[in-house]
Amino acid sequence: MIEFILDPSSGVATYQQLVQQVHQALRLGLLEPGDRLPTAQQVVASLAINPNTVLKAYRDLERAGLVRARPGLGTFVVGRLPRTDPAAQARFRTSMVGWLRSARDAGLTPDEIEAIYRTAFRDCLTEGVA
Amino acid sequence: MTAALEAVGLGKRYGRRWGLRGCTLAVPSGRVVGLVGPNGAGKTTLLHLAVGLLQPSEGSIAVLGDAPASGPAALARFGFLAQDSPTYPRLTVADHLRMGAWLNPSWDEAFAARRIRELGLDPRQRAGTLSGGQRAQLALTLAVAKRPEVLLLDEPVASLDPLARREFLQTLMEVVAAHGVTVVLSSHLIADLERVCDYLAVLVAGRVAVSGDVDALIASHHRLVGPRRDRLPANQQVIEASYTDRQSTMLVRSHDPVLDPVWSVAPVTLDDLVLAYLRQARDDAPASSPALAVAR
Repeated sequence: MIEFILDPSSGVATYQQLVQQVHQALRLGLLEPGDRLPTAQQVVASLAINPNTVLKAYRDLERAGLVRARPGLGTFVVGRLPRTDPAAQARFRTSMVGWLRSARDAGLTPDEIEAIYRTAFRDCLTEGVA
Repeated sequence: MTAALEAVGLGKRYGRRWGLRGCTLAVPSGRVVGLVGPNGAGKTTLLHLAVGLLQPSEGSIAVLGDAPASGPAALARFGFLAQDSPTYPRLTVADHLRMGAWLNPSWDEAFAARRIRELGLDPRQRAGTLSGGQRAQLALTLAVAKRPEVLLLDEPVASLDPLARREFLQTLMEVVAAHGVTVVLSSHLIADLERVCDYLAVLVAGRVAVSGDVDALIASHHRLVGPRRDRLPANQQVIEASYTDRQSTMLVRSHDPVLDPVWSVAPVTLDDLVLAYLRQARDDAPASSPALAVAR
């Protein structure tokens, strides 16, 4: 069983935060098919949030094929998120570290490096959408 | 579907001053509705009109389709918690429950007893000696144990410390999860409402400035930053704008995505959104006293 936490200052909608935490737990292997998610009542009791918010998050996860609600029993994990090959993750991390080092050696400040990363990240992702 | 709460052109006059005027609002049932507004915006007046403690000066209001307090059957369908969670200081916790059982035909004895146990309250203790948080929880227990379809709460957490506030809202949300009751609660603190409400009505100077589903409101409002512009496409409604000589910053309402590349678009928080409407209403309000005349 996982426990949800909330970051009120993140600006991310509450139901979205719950969805992201389930994704994260699936990616890290904290949740596996067959595991039960906390009931709306349990989440509500610990976070003092609207039960409709929890149900909305669970509906989203269900539409994505990751969980299924079994009436009277609870909501269960049924899907897995594709996990990237660890070797590929390590390779990209190495090349990223190399890029960061060369940026630092070229005299860029941490703020500048982060700004470049953020804009490039955003441009790259919106390319895929538009 | 019958609206849980429906006001049409509702107004209440106190002497020469209007506490509420031209208030039109339809609150769907099954929701947790936040009624936000500064002090004196008419939140308490609206709730008192809804439960029949006040009579409208104009317009109408209905709870679950009935006129407020139109008879015992209508009374049984809603629960009301007035500001500061009033209890009878000299009566014990057990006295309060006994009174609740006598006065309410649909009283849920099992719920009330379990709730008091879970709260760790001593049934023999007088209400006057309870802490503010405990008193609020007792009052909430009474309001819920009558098993209303609609629960109206006037500033239920305003006077509570942060821990008691969280515990109160937890109890309230558990009740919503278990019984599916519609809740309308007022507050002047948006932070209290952000977690619990899925529907919002912003009340300013006796009128509803904006209302709707919280997620839909957040999704349809955007903060735009870009080079100075005085005009916007017709499908966007500017709620707030500020300018420097080079730059414009706006909070707009738009159901279509903002695609013009000159704007950098950022999402808004509930806080931003409510404050923008409060400022807009304040700036639009006609001056109540004559403006200063400038002698030429």
